[in-house]
Order: sequence, then C-alpha cells, then structure tokens
Amino acid sequence: MKKTRPLIAVLAATALVAAACGGDDDDSTADEPPAAEEPADAEEPAADEPVADEPMEEGALGSVRVEPGDAIQIRSLESITGDTSFLGIPNQRATSLAIADYGQIKGFDVDLGTPLDDLCSADGGQAAAQTIVADEQVVGVIGTSCSGAATAAGPLIGEAGMVLFSASNTSPALTSDQQGNAGENYNVGYYRTAHNDLFQGAAMAEFVYNELGLTTAAAIHDGDPYTDGLATAFTNAFEELGGTVTGYTAVAKEDTDMVPVLTEIAAGSPEALFFPIFQPAGDFIADQAPGVPGLEDTVLLAADGLLVDGFLQLEQSEGMYFSGPDTRFGENTNQSTGVSADAVLEAYDAEYGEAPSAPFWGHAYDATSILLDAIDAASTMDGDTLVIDRQGVRDYINGVSGYSGIIGTINCDEFGDCGSQKVTVIEHLDSSDIEASKANVVFEYAP
Amino acid sequence: MTAAVRAKGAGKTNVDRFLTVLRVVMIGFIAISLVAFIAQQIAPENPFAEWRHGDEGATRLSWAQYRGLLVTGISQGAMYGLIALGYSMVYGVLGFINFAHGEVFMVSAFTGFIVSTKFDAAGWWEGAAFFPAIIITVALCVIVSTSTAVIMERVAYRRLRGSPRLIPLITSIGVSFFIQEAVRLVFGPGAKGYPSNPDWLEERLPWLGIEVKKLVVIIIAAIAMAGLWYFVERTKTGKAMRAVAEDKEIASLMGIDVDKTIVKTFAVGGAMAGVAGILWGILFRSVINTTGFLPGIKAFTAAVVGGVGNLGGAMAGGVSLGGAEALGPLMILEPWGIPGVSQLRDAVAFTVLILVLLVKPTGLFGERLSSEERA
Repeated sequence: MKKTRPLIAVLAATALVAAACGGDDDDSTADEPPAAEEPADAEEPAADEPVADEPMEEGALGSVRVEPGDAIQIRSLESITGDTSFLGIPNQRATSLAIADYGQIKGFDVDLGTPLDDLCSADGGQAAAQTIVADEQVVGVIGTSCSGAATAAGPLIGEAGMVLFSASNTSPALTSDQQGNAGENYNVGYYRTAHNDLFQGAAMAEFVYNELGLTTAAAIHDGDPYTDGLATAFTNAFEELGGTVTGYTAVAKEDTDMVPVLTEIAAGSPEALFFPIFQPAGDFIADQAPGVPGLEDTVLLAADGLLVDGFLQLEQSEGMYFSGPDTRFGENTNQSTGVSADAVLEAYDAEYGEAPSAPFWGHAYDATSILLDAIDAASTMDGDTLVIDRQGVRDYINGVSGYSGIIGTINCDEFGDCGSQKVTVIEHLDSSDIEASKANVVFEYAP
Repeated sequence: MTAAVRAKGAGKTNVDRFLTVLRVVMIGFIAISLVAFIAQQIAPENPFAEWRHGDEGATRLSWAQYRGLLVTGISQGAMYGLIALGYSMVYGVLGFINFAHGEVFMVSAFTGFIVSTKFDAAGWWEGAAFFPAIIITVALCVIVSTSTAVIMERVAYRRLRGSPRLIPLITSIGVSFFIQEAVRLVFGPGAKGYPSNPDWLEERLPWLGIEVKKLVVIIIAAIAMAGLWYFVERTKTGKAMRAVAEDKEIASLMGIDVDKTIVKTFAVGGAMAGVAGILWGILFRSVINTTGFLPGIKAFTAAVVGGVGNLGGAMAGGVSLGGAEALGPLMILEPWGIPGVSQLRDAVAFTVLILVLLVKPTGLFGERLSSEERA
C-alpha cells in the first residue's frame, strides 16, 4: 500500500508539472524521477511561473512548492481555549508528537505553525479557516475539535485545495449517513479518524434497549451539530429497536437552571435520559435531574463530550453510563512512525506533565501520520524544491486501507470516514477513582 | 417608548397604530396559550391539543412538577433581582447602565468557590462547622465584590463623570471584558465546581416538597432586599443617595459629598451582587469566567421590567422574569406544539421585556429618575 501510492502520486505530479510547464506530456515517463528533469525540458516563458497558476488537466488543485530551507506547512485547528479546551489540547499535542516522531519528509521539516483555535463554534472555525487559507503554503490541517467548527471551516479549507483531517469530529452530517449519501455538511477534502456518531448512537441505543432492558428514553442536545447529530442517531436507533422516545429537546450552552427543560422531559416519564452534551451544561443536568419529580429513577447517560476527568470527578456523575470511542489501544502501533500507543502516552506525559484530558489523542496522532504519509506520497523533487500535489494528497488519503494506527485498523471510505468505529459504554461507579471507571467497560460495539 | 406615551395624547401616527396592534396580538397570543394550556391540563385530548400535537399528545404536568418550576423560577429570579438592584441604583444616581455589574457578581461567585473549596478541604463544609464557614464565605464574597465595584468606579468611571452618557456605557462594556478575561487568565478557562452542599441543603421540606437550598436562596435574597430598603429609605446615607439621584448639583449645595455618595452606591450594589454570587454558587455549584454575562443581561432586563431606579421594582422584576422564564415556555409555547420549548427560555425572557415596554413603558412599578434623566 505504502509503496504503490507514491508511484501514483509521482505520476500525478509528473503530469501536473509537465502541464504547467507547457511541455509535451509524452516526454514524461512515470518510471523516472520526473521533476528533476523538468527544468531542462521547460520552455522559457513558463519556467518561472508558479505551477499552481497554470491550467492543469490533472492535479487540478494545484501544488505547493517548498523551497530548500523552508518547511512543509501544516496547521492545527483545535479547540484550545474555553470550556472545550480539554478536547482540543490533547489533539494538538498529539499532532505535535506525531510530527516529531515522523521526522522529515524527503529532507524537509514539517512545521505546525502557531496553533489555531476553533473555539468549538462555527464562528471560530470560519475565522481560523480564513487565516489558514490565506497562506497558500499550507497543505493540510489537523482539526477541528468540534463538529460545529468543521461545518464552517470545511468549505473554506476544501475550496483552497487543502485537506481538513479531524481527530474528534463525530457528527454524521460531516461525512455520510453510511448508506452512500453524503451528509449535509460534507465537503471534498474532509477526513476524520474519529468515529461517525451513527455508530455511537446505535451503540448507546442497543445498550439501553438490550442490555439495560429499558423501553422508553429521552434525549437532550445543545444545538451543536455534534450533540444534535448524536442525540438524533440515538433516538432513531432506539426507535428502530422498538423503543419509545418520550422527549427530544435542547438546552442553551449557557443555561444553568435546568429544571424547566428537565420538567419538560419528565412529562414523558422516560426510563433513560441521554444527554450527549458538554460541560458545564452537562454538570447542571446531572446535578438537577434527580431532584425533578418524574426523573428520580431515570437512568442518566452521556457520551464522549462528557467522558472527561472534570465531569467524572463530580459526585453527581456517579452511576451514569458513558459511550465513547474504544480507547483500549493495547499494543497497537502506528505503522508510519513505529510508535506504540503506550509509548505515545509516555511521551505525552513526559512532554506535558499530565495524561491526555480527552480520548482522541490517538486519533489525532494517526490523522497526522496519515496526512504526512500522504504528503510524502504526493510530493516530488524539482531540483532542490519539493513539489506537493494537492490532489495527490487527497487521492492518497482516499485510498487508505488497512492502515495500522494507534486506534486500530484504519480504512477511509469515499466520504472521509476513516475511524475504526469501535464504541464502548462504561459505567461510572466512583468519582474518586475515575481511572477505574474509565476501564469499567460494560458494553462493546463494532459495526 | 415615547411613541407609546404620545399615543395617549395627540392624533395617532402609523407607528402608534402598529404598536397597538402588536400589543393586542401579543396579549391575545398569551391569553389563547394560557387557555389552551389549562385545557390540556384538564383534558389532554381536547381538539386544540390534538390539532397542535397530533399523535404525540400534549404535555400534562403534575402538581409537583409545577411546584418545582415555580420554586426554581422564583429562586433564579431572586438572584436576578439582587443583581438588578446594582444596575438600578447606579442608573438612578449616574444615569448610565453599568454593564460590568454582572462581572461583580461573577467575581463573588469565584470568591465563594475559592473559600468554600478551602473550607471543604479543612472539613468545614459539612456538619455544624458549615454555619460559621458559610457566614465567613458570604462575608468574604461581599467584601470582594464590594471592593471590585468600588475600584471599578474609582478607576474607570469617576474620571468620566460629566462626559456624555454613552462614554461610561462603552467603558463599562470594556471593564466587563477586562474582568472576564482577567479571571480566565488567573483561573483558566474551565468551569470550577463548588464542593457538595451539606445533605440537609439538598433535601426537600417534608410538607412543601421544596428543596431547602432554594428556600434558603429565596429567604436570604428577601433579607438582603429588606436590609437594602431600610438602608436607602431610613438611614442618612440612604437619604443622601436619593438626593444625589434626584439632583447632583442641589445635593452638593446641601452639603452632600456627591463623590462619596456615588462610591457608596456602587458599594451597596456590589454587596448585593456579592450575596447573589454566593447564592448562585450554592444553587448551581459551578462557576466560570462568563458566569456573569447572561445573568447580568437578565438582571438588567429585570431592572427595566420593574422600573429603572425603583428598588422594589428591581426585585419584583427579577422574580417576575425568573418565573416567566421557568413557566413561560411550557405554559405559553408548548400548547402550540412547538418542539423543544425549553431552549426558547431566553427568548421568552426578552419577550417579557418587550411586552412590558409596549404596555407600560415605565416598567411594572414605575421609573424613579431625576427630572434631568426623565427629560
């Protein structure tokens, strides 16, 4: 796999450079290092022109030329401030670790630049994406942390010919419905190693209906594409299994008094309440739900957005169930860097003095190494200059199959879903020993 | 506002007619909603409920659920009221809206978090030791919030005295951002959790079924309000404040130190926000650097709903707003079959504001402003 891709990429790059230089396509041969010969063949008027400015038949997205001494530019766009920084900071750090482990590409360093903040919102994603696309040297972006940010950043980054590769976006709208139909926010050039929430929703529904034996459930989201998508996936799957959805509503992210919304939910007397949202709104729901008449015995369930130390340490989260990516990575090793999951965690701890605060660090590590592989595969040397074909980068990622990553075997489908799609449900028993709770897997799901 | 007032006098303009229609439509909508709501509580399968809800069926609430909504609305509203007092007093005296007042409240909630965590670590946040601990915590919260308000006045607003009103208003927005970001810088961006309340605070009263902590919030807010009323209406300093609010120049001619009185006004407003801050901590047990923003805006709304400059009005406005927020979505919007009505809570709150301004532009209890501000 790794060996055939460079060949295709070289072919694409050759055609691209040849077209750009206005030379005869027939002169280029795929078997030889083509780029090095191009300057000699090039006709004078086109020789100094930037490659990307010329019309091309293949590699229509243009290319990036990295001059000797310069670095290959990629970017990190994660939620690194605010309530959801717990999610984005480990992603950004794992990206840095992966770049360091990967080393140079054809003698060129990889530069992550200044980390950008998606603010976990569409506005934040859009603003940061505008900054990114203004720099034409950028090849790809690892991010975003939040699905909402990706809906706004995706179109801009995609149109600029770059790739957006997320470690923790899980909204089905960003990729597909898994039935061959693109999601409403799907953009070409978008990929993710995180699972698609259709699987997480199905996992939770199956757990509630089959394992807990409950037949009525309600769901609360906060309007974010991630929370809305997951709550919808859960309710759809639950109804398909034969359960009854007694309520589906939303809170505002800034709400603190949840009694009104919980009373609305309580009117339907659900046996289970699924609220795949974030802190701090999740804290208030977990705290106030047992005090609302009609919800005293309702089983509370949440998802990976609340599967974080800050929430698990709260007493009110005890007794809850959480769905999330299967993080039992065991002996898994990233095939590009040869580094194991344990080694990444050790390096993380050594570098940053703490364990990752969210479970997507492995996804970020794998996303980064696949992007770097893709750049390697899609790049050729033009003299001392590295030429990276943007379309080649996408083609490589589209074709990823059987890739051994930290998170397991990675296969990318036509809509950019590359995750291993393994989901687990844990039961949280003790807020003073959250590591034990995280390991307390009570249900496994794999499509 | 002026259009509505003018409507009573001279010939009606098109704007007046439009506002009249808007009033009738809004009040009509609320009346129909309430009737539909009562109907669906008595008979959930009445024709209107079936028309709006289809097969899903209308929501029917139990008495305990109403009570829960009402108590949560009043306790939340009591906090809005306490914060609203600061807005109202400063507006009464200086004639500008101090948008940074919500941050004074947030600073108090943060102080409460720090102090309560320390007490909890020392084992004082439970049992009999809780009482001295909470009294010390409240005292510290009030001291810190009062100091914040006073420093704010000294640093940001005093030198702007005499400048057009828009200038301190914009300054207050800047002060608000400054405090928010400073707190974020010091404490980090995440939410901070208060320690667990003692068990008795989390329990419900046996015969009323009300959570003790909410009752405590309502009682403390009432005591604070009564104390403030006494201070403003019955003490010399309070009289000076009222005099300055009425006319600064004349007050100064009467021998009142205007600057000092203004500082005291800020201090008293800050103290009320301080009480609200610690009550917030006990009720919601979580604070973040943006905690002050939305309650601040709501409290400002409450001050306007009650009548700017009117202390009793601010408190009543807060409670009305809290109650409307808690009950409005389920009583007014749910009968129409609107899905997920609770997320429209803020919309309900601000609609209440619009409605009050349309029907009674001076607020429910009337403005109390100086002649100069009324002009």
